[in-house]
Amino acid sequence: MTINGPDPQVAEPNPETQPEASPEPAASRPAAIVAQQRRSERAVVTSQARSVRLEGLRAFYGDAEQVKGVDLDFRANEVTAIIGPSGCGKSTMVRCINRMHEEIPGARAEGRVLLDDVDIYDPGIDVVAVRRAIGMVFQKPNPFPTMSIFDNVAAGLRLTSKRGDLQGRVEAALRGAGLWEEVSGRLSEPGAGLSGGQQQRLCIARSLAVEPEVILMDEPCSALDPIATLKIEELIDELKQRVTIVIVTHNMQQAARVADRTAFMLSGKLVEVGPTSDIFTKPSDPRTEEYVTGKFG
Amino acid sequence: MSVGATSTGLSERFAVSAGRRRRDRIARGAILAATLLALVPLALIVYYLLKKGLGSWSGSFFTTDPTGNTFFKSSSIGGIKSAILGTLEIVALASAISIPIGIGVAIWLVEYGRESWFAHSVRFFVDVLTGVPSIVFGLFVYIVLIVGTGSTYAGYKGSIALGLLMLPIVIRSGEVILLLVPNGLRESALALGAPRWKVIFRIVLPTALPGMVTGVLLAVARAAGETAPLLFTAAATLKTNFNLGEFMNSLPVQIYKDVTSPTQSVVNRAWGAALTLVLLILLLNLIARLVSRRSRLA
Repeated sequence: MTINGPDPQVAEPNPETQPEASPEPAASRPAAIVAQQRRSERAVVTSQARSVRLEGLRAFYGDAEQVKGVDLDFRANEVTAIIGPSGCGKSTMVRCINRMHEEIPGARAEGRVLLDDVDIYDPGIDVVAVRRAIGMVFQKPNPFPTMSIFDNVAAGLRLTSKRGDLQGRVEAALRGAGLWEEVSGRLSEPGAGLSGGQQQRLCIARSLAVEPEVILMDEPCSALDPIATLKIEELIDELKQRVTIVIVTHNMQQAARVADRTAFMLSGKLVEVGPTSDIFTKPSDPRTEEYVTGKFG
Repeated sequence: MSVGATSTGLSERFAVSAGRRRRDRIARGAILAATLLALVPLALIVYYLLKKGLGSWSGSFFTTDPTGNTFFKSSSIGGIKSAILGTLEIVALASAISIPIGIGVAIWLVEYGRESWFAHSVRFFVDVLTGVPSIVFGLFVYIVLIVGTGSTYAGYKGSIALGLLMLPIVIRSGEVILLLVPNGLRESALALGAPRWKVIFRIVLPTALPGMVTGVLLAVARAAGETAPLLFTAAATLKTNFNLGEFMNSLPVQIYKDVTSPTQSVVNRAWGAALTLVLLILLLNLIARLVSRRSRLA
């Protein structure tokens, strides 16, 4: 099986295109009960959301400065979207929040990133522990190719030596990612055999299993079709009860749909941040208005 | 290939000119001829190996040691048992030496050294090592472990020479395969909060395993066929020997000695041994192919 070869989902009918296939359509039950049931399903995973504050964050690739001093607050239990044209430094900035930026040879960051009141760039901080608290979902769904669906989710726990009730935690994470119904009968099948949207939700489940307090999403839907995108967006809306979410997106409608607050970046600098509705209807900076109305970018 | 006859203007515009057709035919012919030419010596080698080698094969060919009585009738010269077992032993030890070190170096280069100047110089010297003629490895071991220590030939000294020969191949193939593991896998594992060593052992290596096995088996196959590093390190002997500290026979060296013999039956034994060696290496290559077919990379 190849990773980059023809996508297996092309050959088989995509389960995501048939949302009514679930045995019991949620719409037939009172909304309150559904919500209550969903909350109880997720009771197993207990992490507490935290706020993130960037203070004078600068990021470099070698000598090139990609993020040029950003101050920004991400509030707990809120979804903050980062928008901006390609190359404006939004992905780089997000990768600084869980110190993934420094994994690229020659890359470094300056400034402070505070998780609640802890500076994660403090010299005494264990970068591994930071990444357990601040999870990340990438642009391209990338389940571990050697592992089954179950093992993919359990990988987060095994890799971080969180054992305990593996079965229960995996189920809770898969339920949390809205994937349990679709895969519960075939947990031992390879994760790479799922459709693109399911793979991305598998990756979200994998992140959730470690019980992060913040989840960073770097254009999580850019490789997905509209229906799979919708599912991820619904999921984001539910997840914010448990975690703080930062989502980088090229899609302004997506920002408008999922984000409580939106930040607009340009050329490595933060132009403005505010409630999503304000950014899209009455931005204070003319450059924001030009961008959200499609005049450039 | 004729375009619609009704629109003559168009069909002329898109027609392939006679000159282009001719050049195409000549070029295709030339490439095909080159391919066939390259196949001729290959086919002849296989033909002669089978023709001459199969003739000397018999049950006792594989089950008896060479006797050394090369001037008597052909039934008394013995077989190649000690050579087959010697090759297997020497190559096994060589693999045990070079595979762990080689894979270790490959992991360091890809996961830690990356673009550092030291990694680049390691890569450079590994490339140089790949180009070193095999007899130089034999000479090196001869000078250091035999002349240098004032001792004599031994199987393990042959293993060290072969191990040195295998090392750059294992490193280079391992590095190439590890680089094929998508960086996204490492990043997503690191982003889960996994320590780097766990990412390497649990994610990177399992993903790369089939490709690694292929590279390693090709290095083993290469080493199994080498004569020069063994000539003055492990030497040649008659008896089957399970002690790597003593003289040890091997297939390439036995072929080398036999083929220079004035006795026809001994020369025939060389052909039989050559066929055996080729089949042994073919078997390794087949296993490598089977494993790489299961590869999840490329």
